Amino acid sequence: MRATPGGILAAYRHVDAASEAIVALKHSGYENFTVYSPAPNEELFEAVDHPVSPVRLWTLFGGLTGLVTGYAMTMWMSYDYPTVVGGKPVGSVIPYIVIMFELTILFGALATLAGLAFHAWRSNRRAPFDGRFSDDHIGIFVPCPVERRPAVEQILTAAGATEVMVETG
Amino acid sequence: MATTAPPEGLPVSRPTYADVTRDIVATLGNPGRIYYGLLAFVITILLIGFGALLYQIKVGLGVAGYTPPVMWGVYITTFVFWVGIAHSGTLISAILFLFRSAWRTAVYRTAEAMTVFAVMTAGLFPLIHVGRLWYAYWLIPYPNQRMLWVNFKSPLVWDLFAIGTYFTVSTCFLIVGLIPDVAAVRDKATGWRKKLYTITSLNWRGTDQQWRHYTRAYLYLAALATPLVLSVHSVVSWDFAMGIVPGWHATIFAPYFVAGAIYSGVAMVVTLLVPLRRVFKLERYITTDHFENLSKLLLLTGMIVAYAYATEYFIAWYSGNTFEQASFWNRAFGDYWWATWTMIICNGFLPFFLWFKKIRRCIPALFVLSLFVNLGMWFERFVIIVVSLSFEYEPYAMGHYTPSWVEWAIMAGSFAWFFMWFLLFAKNFPTVSIAEVKEIIPMPRKKA
Repeated sequence: MRATPGGILAAYRHVDAASEAIVALKHSGYENFTVYSPAPNEELFEAVDHPVSPVRLWTLFGGLTGLVTGYAMTMWMSYDYPTVVGGKPVGSVIPYIVIMFELTILFGALATLAGLAFHAWRSNRRAPFDGRFSDDHIGIFVPCPVERRPAVEQILTAAGATEVMVETG
Repeated sequence: MATTAPPEGLPVSRPTYADVTRDIVATLGNPGRIYYGLLAFVITILLIGFGALLYQIKVGLGVAGYTPPVMWGVYITTFVFWVGIAHSGTLISAILFLFRSAWRTAVYRTAEAMTVFAVMTAGLFPLIHVGRLWYAYWLIPYPNQRMLWVNFKSPLVWDLFAIGTYFTVSTCFLIVGLIPDVAAVRDKATGWRKKLYTITSLNWRGTDQQWRHYTRAYLYLAALATPLVLSVHSVVSWDFAMGIVPGWHATIFAPYFVAGAIYSGVAMVVTLLVPLRRVFKLERYITTDHFENLSKLLLLTGMIVAYAYATEYFIAWYSGNTFEQASFWNRAFGDYWWATWTMIICNGFLPFFLWFKKIRRCIPALFVLSLFVNLGMWFERFVIIVVSLSFEYEPYAMGHYTPSWVEWAIMAGSFAWFFMWFLLFAKNFPTVSIAEVKEIIPMPRKKA
């Protein structure tokens, strides 16, 4: 099991303070820090400025896979044992649209879930956590070697951290 | 001194983030005697229903009171009723989410849990109805011994796909929404609950990367669930509309069923929220404004349902089709007149009271009204299914169906099954979304 890296963990009560700290960290060249928040917040998203999540591609490909599966399954099964029902063609696309639609949604949703699990796991960084970050505080953890810790602590404190903790790792 | 109204959806006395966590985590404590009394009551009814089901399995489907030509009775009526109940959950959680309707945050979790449990309840009835429920797997598209596949032109197969998809997507949506809240509860819990929530929170810590992917996934799940709200009950309606039974074969059925489903679902949300709010002391979060908004949804869908009733009768008259006319005459004045008038009064007339703001903001009145709407909507399905089947084309083939005690017991058991799951959920998971309520509360700023 990987150990938690050493660095500085700061807690914030104010969202604008946390945003300032994030911007200042980025200006100073820090990129691989972790921000915790109890709820999604636009101001923090803008400060962190991540690219759009690739989960959307999972949704798209999942949905398209479902659509193709719905078409292929209904048509193949119809022609595998051709039976005329109600005088309709053996492979009747119009009634099969219902199945195609349902599988588009089903596969799209399951792929979205898989995409969320995959990317959340892949982008997960080892970092210390404090129970306050799921309650009413915003947290920022900056992994850094011992010699850079005073500078990082200075940035985080200047922005308005309510508490700054040194994590030895 | 002028006062500023809080933003839409916010509790009147604005709580802090810490208040939200504390108050909602407190609902997972000891809920008191009323809760346990209710739970004991529903488990007793469930056991009675289960006993009736075992009796039916042992003796056979003949105990169910089916009389040709009425071979769809209380079971299919209750199946359609529960599928309908499931609808407003996704409407409130997904469609109102896409419309950025802030008031939904306090009530959507209840509605979403209700959706999942209602589909779980609905799913029992096709199995019960076919009698030999151990052959239920025949519904799944796989070839039988003669390599014959299922008939994809049948609305019953569409229904299986529609409801299966709806259940899966609704469950995904509920679980994804719960993850940040379970993590918040984990960080406050102790003992075995801490272990339980540590596992179920899936290592959620609310990091920027997790929120980045989560918010997008939630948005896409909402976007995918939205067309399902409209499609599932449309597909259910085609179970009937694709048949040539008088009273069924109508193009109005899909929107009529969707509106009715949302109507009954919102009524059930009100039925659940009123006691939930009281037992778990959630008055600060689920306010009179929430009930008024739900009442407006009830009013809108109730008006659509009333309009659909009028249209059905108008078209039966205007079409000049004697079978349709006879069918609708039979509904209103035949053997089952009491069922039809219960439906019309509960669904067509009572919602008119909601035009009055005083009623919309009176929670006891709304609770009573929601019970009547649920009753009316069950009878609507009974009228559509049973009364139409009992009075088709040939007088010699007409019949009268009276539900047996076994059917009533199983139906009551289904209500108990639904409420049991809901009560267990409410005791063990946050029924108000912690993260989403926080999202609509402005975070504190050092520069006010």
